[in-house]
Amino acid sequence: MRSARPPWVLVVPALLGLAFLVLPLAGLLAEAPWSTLPARLARPQVLEALRLSLVTATLATALCLVLGVPLAWLLARAEFRGRAVVRALVTVPLVLPPVVGGVALLLVFGRRGLVGQWLDQWFGVSLPFTSAGVVLAEAFVAMPFLVISVEGALRAADLRYEEAARTLGASRLTVFRRVTLPLIAPGVVAGAVLCWARALGEFGATITFAGNFPGRTQTMPLAVYLALETDPEAAIVLSLVLLAVSVAVLASLRERWIS
Amino acid sequence: MRGLVAIAVLLTVLTGCGSGGAEKKELTVFAAASLTETFTALGARFEAARPGVKVTFNFGSSATLAQQIGKGAPADVFAAASPATMKQVSDKARVFARNRLEIAVPKGNPARVAGLADLARPEVTVALCAPQVPCGAAAAKVLQGLKVTPVTLEQDVKATLTKVTLGEVDAALVYRTDVRAAAGKVEGVEFAESARAVNDYPIVALTGGLADDFVSLVLSEQGRGVLTAAGFEGAAG
Repeated sequence: MRSARPPWVLVVPALLGLAFLVLPLAGLLAEAPWSTLPARLARPQVLEALRLSLVTATLATALCLVLGVPLAWLLARAEFRGRAVVRALVTVPLVLPPVVGGVALLLVFGRRGLVGQWLDQWFGVSLPFTSAGVVLAEAFVAMPFLVISVEGALRAADLRYEEAARTLGASRLTVFRRVTLPLIAPGVVAGAVLCWARALGEFGATITFAGNFPGRTQTMPLAVYLALETDPEAAIVLSLVLLAVSVAVLASLRERWIS
Repeated sequence: MRGLVAIAVLLTVLTGCGSGGAEKKELTVFAAASLTETFTALGARFEAARPGVKVTFNFGSSATLAQQIGKGAPADVFAAASPATMKQVSDKARVFARNRLEIAVPKGNPARVAGLADLARPEVTVALCAPQVPCGAAAAKVLQGLKVTPVTLEQDVKATLTKVTLGEVDAALVYRTDVRAAAGKVEGVEFAESARAVNDYPIVALTGGLADDFVSLVLSEQGRGVLTAAGFEGAAG
């Protein structure tokens, strides 16, 4: 370990940057109504929103893993025309305003959407205003985080292990399952954690696509937004819960898996 | 050394903006989302009559706007969709318009909604405003005694209307003015019970000068003309 003494022209802006990111969070702590906090947290609406948030974020992460890992593999390992375009498309939800994502989802999966109208006619399935819709909205916004992490891990992985397995007679799928996946496991976990945290905080696409109904589609971020209308203190309490959960997960898992 | 200059520039930019208020040529109006069309039109007239004056708007949910003002947002005029919300900001407000609810349905009215009672039919999907915002409070008042189960409780009236525009719900309770503004994309169904929950819109000038002038314009015959054309009712007093 070399610990170089950093030049102060770097340290000062770095500290300013840190303060800029951390101060608003400290503001939440300072303004929190600590005395009434336990009572507010025990309210059924809060617990309901928290439970829904945790469940949908987890399901969204599962969906992202199932679809995103193969997608990342394709981007990292397969040679095909237009790969750069595909990679750009995959990352679009990162920069797209989430509300736009929600509208786009409605236009495709809505009751009159390109795909949604057939889902409705053939199977009687309607995704907007359901918990499944929440999962979809969260997955749409969070999947790029997973794909980017896993793709990075795949690119960094040593190809020789996979080649050795192939020459020893393993099928492509076996190589992927028994060699590649274990090799990139830390990258997959890191991506899944980021993906989960992003899904947990998702707001714009959710409220646009899935709407807001307590117990069914009202996740924590939506509850925060509506609490702000009538009871700002309640909004602070809800925000603190989200913050605590996110920080706990990011801190514990990042330390262990990335580095 | 160059880093020092960069920091100095950054600090100047960050702190400098607030200190240069020589002559006030800008008017900032915070107004309820349902006033978007009418106030934009009135703002254009105001600017046309006073060269060099720039009117900027912050449209949003009345409650959110009231909180922003409470936390020090620089508003010159505040127009809210509910007197209760206005009370958080000022007691000196004057009612300038009234709005009532109407049922918005997608073009062609696929669920054949003819009145309020139809919203209680189980196969009709309904979007309402959340009870925390004024249009939701009004909806709750007119729906008293009816068992309506909405699929979503939206955060503001425009979001509620969007669900109808996109055809995702069969009906929504929004203001008459919103239906009027979205004419061509949605149809409106009036209902007698809407008289039970008429929304008063109060307005107040939070600073003097231009702010007073703008409020006068809204209260004037000209202002009333713009508002009634959009579907608002004039205030009684």
